[in-house]
Amino acid sequence: MTNYIIRRLLMVPLLLIGVTLIIFGMLQFLGPVERSALYMKDFPKNDKQVEGIIRQYGLDQPFLVQYWKWLTGVKDPVTGEMEGGVLRGQFGYSRTASQPVVDIIRNRFPNTLDLALWTVFPMLSVGIWMGVKAAVNQNKAFDQAARIYSIIGTSFPTFVFGLLLLMFFYAKLKWFLPGRMSDWVNQLIYSGNFKSYTHLLTIDALLNGRFDVFWDALRHLIMPIMTLSYINWATYVRVTRSSMLETLRMDYVTTARAKGLLERDVVNKHARPNAMLPIVTMMGSSIVGLLGGVVITETVFNYPGIGKAAADAAAQLDVVTVLGMGIFTGLILIVSNLIVDVMYAFIDPRVRLN
Amino acid sequence: MTEQTSIPSGDNRELKESVSDRKISWLERVLGPENYRIIKGLFKTPASIVGFILILTFILVAVFAPLIAPPVGKDPYKIPRDGFGGEPKAPGSPWKRNVPEIPFWYKTLTGKDEWVHLLGTAQGQYDIFYGIIWGTRTAFKTGLFVVVVTVAIGVIIGSVAAYYGGWIDNFLMRVVDIFMTLPYIMMALILSAVLTPLWGRSLMPPLIAMITFGWMGYARIIRSDILSIKNRDFVMAAKVSGVKNSRTLFKHIMPNAIFPTLVLASLGIGDVVLSFAALSFLGIGTEVGYADWGQVLSFSRNWITSLDKYWYIVVYPGIVLTLFVMGWNLVGDAMRDVLDPRMRGKS
Repeated sequence: MTNYIIRRLLMVPLLLIGVTLIIFGMLQFLGPVERSALYMKDFPKNDKQVEGIIRQYGLDQPFLVQYWKWLTGVKDPVTGEMEGGVLRGQFGYSRTASQPVVDIIRNRFPNTLDLALWTVFPMLSVGIWMGVKAAVNQNKAFDQAARIYSIIGTSFPTFVFGLLLLMFFYAKLKWFLPGRMSDWVNQLIYSGNFKSYTHLLTIDALLNGRFDVFWDALRHLIMPIMTLSYINWATYVRVTRSSMLETLRMDYVTTARAKGLLERDVVNKHARPNAMLPIVTMMGSSIVGLLGGVVITETVFNYPGIGKAAADAAAQLDVVTVLGMGIFTGLILIVSNLIVDVMYAFIDPRVRLN
Repeated sequence: MTEQTSIPSGDNRELKESVSDRKISWLERVLGPENYRIIKGLFKTPASIVGFILILTFILVAVFAPLIAPPVGKDPYKIPRDGFGGEPKAPGSPWKRNVPEIPFWYKTLTGKDEWVHLLGTAQGQYDIFYGIIWGTRTAFKTGLFVVVVTVAIGVIIGSVAAYYGGWIDNFLMRVVDIFMTLPYIMMALILSAVLTPLWGRSLMPPLIAMITFGWMGYARIIRSDILSIKNRDFVMAAKVSGVKNSRTLFKHIMPNAIFPTLVLASLGIGDVVLSFAALSFLGIGTEVGYADWGQVLSFSRNWITSLDKYWYIVVYPGIVLTLFVMGWNLVGDAMRDVLDPRMRGKS
C-alpha cells in the first residue's frame, strides 16, 4: 500500500504542472491588453502604455518564460512590489467586478461550501438507500420505478429542473427563495450585531443563536439542494443498484444465506459493505464536484457561489476571472482526489494488501 | 457463413444444418454474429424502442423544419421576432409583425388563415415554437459534430496508446489524467470566453471547448478495448506475416475491438446536446435569438419572479430538450445492458 500511496503522491506535481500549463495555454489566445489584467488593475490607457506593460511584464516573451512569470509574479520596477504570481495566491484582477480575483473567491467560496455541506447528506443517504432497495427488490415495482427515475433524472437538464422549482416554489407558492439571503439579513450582517465566525451563513446563524436567520438561509438553500440531490440521486441509484446486484450474486452471500442468516442481515451486514466500494469513489468525486462550484445550479438560483461568479464573468468575456476560478477549482479537485484515492486504499482490501 | 466461402457446396447444407437451423440475415453477415447480437438486443426492450421512436421523431422534425415552421428572411436560424416588446406573450396570441408564411399543416388542421404564436413568445417577442423546431436542427448539428470529433480524437489517442504501449502509452495516459482533473464546465467556460472575441458569437467557441475537454473518456475506453484483443491469435498472425503496424492497427484490431464503443459513443449525442444547452443557457456561444434550445430557455432567466404566469417560456422548450436527451439515454441504457457480458443469453 505504501507503494501505491507514493505513486499517487508522485502524480500530484505532474497534475499541477499539467493543469496550470493547459490553463495558461488558453490565455495565449488573448491580446496583451487583456492579459495584463493578470498583473494590474486598470486598463492601459494608450498604445504607449500598452508597450510599456508588454515590456514590464514580459508579455512578448517565450511561452515558458511567461509561464514562469505567471507562476511566480513580476517585480514592479517603481514600487519594488511583486505583482501577480499564482503561486503567491494572486490570480490577477477582475475588471468586470473591479476587485482582485482572490477576493471574489474569498467572498464566494463560503457560500459554495455552505451549499455543499447541506447537500451531501440528503444526496448520499437517499441515493444509496434507493439503490440498495432497488437491488434487493430486483424487477419488482420499486426497482422498476427506480430505474425509470434514474433515466428521467439523467435526462432532465439541471437548469430546466431548477426553473420548474422556481416556478412552483418561488413564483407561485413563495415558499423558497432564490439568492443567498433576504435584505433584512444582509442589513443585519452589515450592522455589526451579527458575528461571522465561519462565513458559512447557516452555521453562523446557529452560533449567534439567531434561528430566524438560520431559517431564512435555509429557505434560500432548499431549491439548490433539491436540484443537486435530484440529479445526483439518479447516478447513485444506478451505480449502487448494479454494484449491489453484483455482490448479491457472489458465493459468500449464498454461503451466508445457506447458514440460515436472516435476509436482512445478509443484505445489511454481508453484502452492503462490500457493494459500497465503487460508491466510495463516486462519493469522493461528487463531493469534490460540489466544492468546485456548481455552475449551472448556482446560476439558475442566483446563488452567489464560485460557480455563479465564473458563469457571470464568462458571459462578460472576463477571461482572467474565470481563469482564477478555474485554477482554484482545479486545485481543490487535485487535492481532494488525492485524499479520496488514499482513503480508498485504506478501505479496499485489494489495494491495501497489494 | 455465406455461400461464397470455400467450403465445398456439397457439404455446405449439411454443415449449416448441424450447427443451427436458423436463417442468417444479411445484416448478420455484414456485422458478424457478436455485433449483430448487440444491434438486435437494442430493438428488444420497450424502453429502447421508445428511445428510437423519440430519436426518429426528432430527426423528422429536423429534416422538415422548413415545412413545419417556415423561416422569415435569409438566415433560418434566426428566430423571427414579433416586434421588440419585453413581456412574453401567451400561447395562441396572434402574430402581428414580421409574420412568416403560414405552414400548410396549420391551414389543413385548423382551417384558419391567421398564423399565431403557437407556444407563445419569449422576452423580446422571439417565437418559441420556431425556436424549438429549428433548435432541433441545431441540436443534431452540434451533437453530431462534437461526438464525431471527440470519438475520432479518442480513437486515435486510445489506439496509439494501447497498440504501441511503453512510454507512449504512459505519456498519453498521463495527459488523459491531467485533462480528467480539469473541472469540465469551468474549463469550457474559459475556453469559450477566450475564443468568442476571436471568432465572434457563434456555435464554434462552445463546440471547440466541449471537444477539447471531452475526448478523454473515449480514449480510455478504446485503449482498454484494444488491449483486450491485442494479443489474440489473429493479431499475432497479422504481425508474423509482416503486416505493417499501422495496417494491423486499423485493418485487423480496430474492426474487431471498437464497434461497441462506437455505438455507445454515438449515443452520447444526448449528453453533448445537454452540455451545449447548459453553456448556451449561461450566455456562452451563439448570438441572442439563435434557434437553439438553451438560448430559448435562457430568456426565462429575467422572469423568475413571474414564472407562474409565463410558464410556457420554460415548460415547452424544457420538455423538448428533456425528451431529446431521454431518447438517446434510453437507447444508451439498453446498449449498456446488451454489452454487459453477464446479461448474455438473457432476455
